[in-house]
Amino acid sequence: MKNDIILAGVGGQGILSIAAIIGYAAVQSNLYLKQAEVHGMSQRGGDVQSHLRLSSAEIASDLIPHGKADMIISVEPMEALRYLPYLSPEGWLISNSEPFDNISNYPPKDKVLKEIEKLPRHVLLNADQMADELGTKKAANMVILGAASPFIDIPFSKLEDAIRFLFGKKGEDLVNINLEAIRAGRSFAQKSME
Amino acid sequence: MHKLLLLGDEAIAQAGIDAGMSGVFSYPGTPSTEITEFVQRSPETKEKGIVATWCANEKTAAETALGMSYAGKRSMTCMKHVGLNVAADVFMNANITGANGGMIFVVADDPSMHSSQNEQDSRVYGNFAMIPILEPSSQQEAYDMVHEAFELSEKHKIPVLMRITTRLAHSRSGVARKASKEQNKFKLPKNLRQFVLLPAIARKQYQDLLNNQPLFLKDAETSSYNQYFEGKDKSMGIVACGLAYNYLMENYPDRNIPFPVVKVCQYPLPHKLIKQLYDECDSLLVLEEGYPVVEEKLKGFLNYGKKIMGRMDGSLPRAGELNPNLVGKALGMPQQEIAPIPDLVAKRPPSLCKGCSHIDSFIGLNQALEEYNRGRVFSDIGCYTLSALPPYESINTCVDMGASITMAKGAADAGMNPSVAVIGDSTFTHSGMTGLLDAVNDKSNITVLILDNSTTGMTGGQPSAAFNKIEDICRGIGVEEDHIRVIKPLRKNHEENTRIMKEELAYDGVSVIIPRRECIQTLNKRMRQKFKEKNSAKQ
Repeated sequence: MKNDIILAGVGGQGILSIAAIIGYAAVQSNLYLKQAEVHGMSQRGGDVQSHLRLSSAEIASDLIPHGKADMIISVEPMEALRYLPYLSPEGWLISNSEPFDNISNYPPKDKVLKEIEKLPRHVLLNADQMADELGTKKAANMVILGAASPFIDIPFSKLEDAIRFLFGKKGEDLVNINLEAIRAGRSFAQKSME
Repeated sequence: MHKLLLLGDEAIAQAGIDAGMSGVFSYPGTPSTEITEFVQRSPETKEKGIVATWCANEKTAAETALGMSYAGKRSMTCMKHVGLNVAADVFMNANITGANGGMIFVVADDPSMHSSQNEQDSRVYGNFAMIPILEPSSQQEAYDMVHEAFELSEKHKIPVLMRITTRLAHSRSGVARKASKEQNKFKLPKNLRQFVLLPAIARKQYQDLLNNQPLFLKDAETSSYNQYFEGKDKSMGIVACGLAYNYLMENYPDRNIPFPVVKVCQYPLPHKLIKQLYDECDSLLVLEEGYPVVEEKLKGFLNYGKKIMGRMDGSLPRAGELNPNLVGKALGMPQQEIAPIPDLVAKRPPSLCKGCSHIDSFIGLNQALEEYNRGRVFSDIGCYTLSALPPYESINTCVDMGASITMAKGAADAGMNPSVAVIGDSTFTHSGMTGLLDAVNDKSNITVLILDNSTTGMTGGQPSAAFNKIEDICRGIGVEEDHIRVIKPLRKNHEENTRIMKEELAYDGVSVIIPRRECIQTLNKRMRQKFKEKNSAKQ
């Protein structure tokens, strides 16, 4: 088993939470894991990415080679496109459709989405709205993780356990919202693949 | 034992705790910050009475660690690569005094300059000081090496340099812990003159350092971190240092490398292993993160003999960090065509946070300077450096910690008026105070803005050594009371703040303006904490 994942977004959008949940679930599943994060200056509203590698065999590099990522998981559509050089020709792209527009020259949204739709294997969803309907926009990252979950070779229950473990300290309400968010994302992806 | 999922930085911190370290002294700097933060957060730190402190700068931090070593205890000092420039004075003399308790300089380099102003390679410093260097290739090695480094340091009575790079510092992986070791007991140096670098003593101590070089080499040659791996194809031998070893392995998914390989993670360079490789192979390829330190050594000045490839002959780029693709290309592997980034993808540089106090300071400063031509603002290292970018474009320099005040003085001495310095509170106590004293003593005509957000913001909100002290420091240095002006950078105060800035720009002498408003990130963090406490009190 091997999953090479690029996580993408803008600093502050919660990609490290996604990484932490997959990472915890992977360790609980006795998988090897390497996860390169971006800290420091870029976290101030700049583009951030994380290379997340899971494998049943020992992993060499902390960075994923170009063209080898099994998936790109992005909480922002333009950021999803930034890492296309990493995506394997058979890889999946899972992205939020809602732009995070903090620059003066953000391209037109429809053009960004059209670029994503060109890819043969993609899941595009309005995670902001889905999370908002569940009670908090902040859970958009969990909706995206849910939408990516069918492609991650870890039992879904382990991801749910990881949410319970990692958000447990912050209260039951937050755990439940995040669980609902990840389930909503997952069922969206499953339906769209039917 | 169950493995812990740790950043390279955290693995080093945990190892320090487990290896009987009594103290860690640091100044925050990406990518090294998480080491000290982890020690501070760990419940074991309190239980074991370990000291974990942010110091005013890297020099004071390293000196404190050396003092702890003098007292016979194990100590660590952590910094980013450019921090070692600040601590270079103690670094280049602690090799002569030597250590008593084990002492490690952990220095995190930032090739590709993800969050830095240069990509200097700390191994050059290690060679300069002639001390052993450890360069882990994985989080587990980083953990194990801390134990080893303390042993080495105490065996040879010498500080040891541990060099990591961004990708290891900020990458997470499983780490298995070793058994915990007791801290050293307080014990003075056997020779009470060991740390007295008077010329006559220093000469003797320096000779000891020179005499120890063959011992350091022998350690490196027998180290389990340096290994020779056989390979059938002798057309090329590979020297892979630190993290570069992983990128090499990544290119051989079955882990079967046809070429002989020497993995180097401990320096001085293991002569015997490299000599064997050179003798057996037709050419060498050197893979190393950072400067071509090893490659240059192997090539020699005149470059006689076999072909040696690496960063200097174009087999690898001269600048920037390595990755599996660059290494694959250097190995002559066919590279698959990669999808381009679509043209419409725009750059997204980091920016000041919404609600950041610096925004109001720079809008005010820009307006106060409107009547002069641009190019008069010397700045420093911190979040506020982002004001060089649109929409503010307020500052004209960013060089090194503290350089804003001194460069403004130099330009004022050259006749530039007004000449403005912009520096953060933590940077001011790190390296700005001495420059301000120069300016006061010379009655230089400068206006200094000390942007006080009451934290070390860029690295994630560590406490600032300047907290609640800035006015007193300025007074003590001799800035006139009437020209120490505290303002609150808020939009509603814009008119008044701009007026005060204009007044001080017009003053012929040293004036200090202190725009003070807490960092929006630490404020939010505090509010969340308060909210949580209030809630739990209710329950």
